[in-house]
Amino acid sequence: MLDLNPLNWWRRLLALPNDNLTKTLVIAFLVAFTASVIVSFAAVTLRPFHIANLEKERQASLSEMIASLPGMDNILEGIGVDVVEIYIVDLASGEFIANIDPASFDQREAARDPNLSSPIPAEADIAGIKQRENYAQVFILRKDGDVQLVVLPVRGVGYQSMLYAYLALEADINTIAGLVFYEQGETPGIGARIEDPEWLALWPGKQLADENGEIKISVVHNKAVGPFEVDGISGATRTSNGVSNMLHFWLGDYGFGPFLTKLRASKERT
Amino acid sequence: MKQSLKYLTDPLIKTNPITLQILGICSALAVTTSLSTALTMSGALSVVLILSNITISSIRKHIPTSIRLIIQITIIASLVIVMDMFLRAFAFDMSKRLSIFVGLIVTNCMVLGRAEAFARQNPVWPSFLDALGNSLGYSMILLIVGAIRELFGAGTLLGFQILPLIENGGWFQPLRLMYLAPSAFFILGFLIWIIRIWRPEQIEKPEFHILTPDDARKP
Repeated sequence: MLDLNPLNWWRRLLALPNDNLTKTLVIAFLVAFTASVIVSFAAVTLRPFHIANLEKERQASLSEMIASLPGMDNILEGIGVDVVEIYIVDLASGEFIANIDPASFDQREAARDPNLSSPIPAEADIAGIKQRENYAQVFILRKDGDVQLVVLPVRGVGYQSMLYAYLALEADINTIAGLVFYEQGETPGIGARIEDPEWLALWPGKQLADENGEIKISVVHNKAVGPFEVDGISGATRTSNGVSNMLHFWLGDYGFGPFLTKLRASKERT
Repeated sequence: MKQSLKYLTDPLIKTNPITLQILGICSALAVTTSLSTALTMSGALSVVLILSNITISSIRKHIPTSIRLIIQITIIASLVIVMDMFLRAFAFDMSKRLSIFVGLIVTNCMVLGRAEAFARQNPVWPSFLDALGNSLGYSMILLIVGAIRELFGAGTLLGFQILPLIENGGWFQPLRLMYLAPSAFFILGFLIWIIRIWRPEQIEKPEFHILTPDDARKP
């Protein structure tokens, strides 16, 4: 007669010898299943805290970078604490967009939303981001109406993770004022050294493009010479290349290129 | 009762996982640059070790022998992932300082060692005591090394200035060596030396005997 009571099945399973194939398979499945349920439960419940922590980190690194830039203290003192103006820029045209509230604009959400982003042709996608948001935040610091600093959020694929960074440009829109990574998952001790202050200190003063407007800035693996080269991190070739590609992408036509061109033009007019 | 106490106190000195079994050295070197990281790491490892010993011991009669290591590692790895996510949610700065070393608890031989050597053959209560004793033994060494390294490396303990630094007008010149991994090797070596002077039975027999001309002449 067929026994339909699951409790009896369970007892019979437990009574089987431990090297029995059925029991081995069932126990393996049960252990894997329980473990995955526990891990997924923890991941889902703790996710809001992780996001909040990353957001705090992002804001901290932005204000830290702005505060650490040379000469920044004077500028900050001159205009008070809330100096950073956030603008939303249409990346394709390079125009400021007025009808989006910068405070509520979530750029990372926008990059995932098919209505607010566009795919990048594979040959142009050197940063490996596949989908690029149509609108992006830029932070502009002014003193007496003159642009002092432009901060651009950039991202790109490194060796094993997406690198998120802020690139700060000086008033000439060609000299780097600073670069800071606020989120990355590269190998600790190797690629993750892109967060080291000593390495980031190599960036200020470097130039983005030559007189013809061609983007030249890059991370090199031998000794860096000239205003367009930065020393790479030894052992982290692919992370270093990722940083180069990230900058080339975001300074190029698919990134902030049109916006930066407009900004330079508007400065020349005045 | 006496046996239970033995489970708890033996791993403190007599069978200490770090100084006698030389397990868990990787984390003992990496996270002991300051007392606070050593403390967090000890806490994380203790929770993982206790929970893994309890879980494995409670299902010990039904673990198929052919896949027992895989099952044990699955349990330990899930506990470590949860622990890591927990730290990232509630102690974000600390988890950044510990970087990968919380995740590396999975590969800490001590956890699998206790599961395989003890929890697999003993009931839940002794397994719990064994895990508690071993994590106390591990934590004790980690805290000693962490305290020495932070005190002499920066003149602080848990961030409080104990020894006044020269650069702040005091007399203490910090030893930068203490921030480097070799210093942890020296401190561990001295600890093991002191313990083995006190308890000579821990001294291992030499594995190899170097031949001398006299040995060669013997038949």
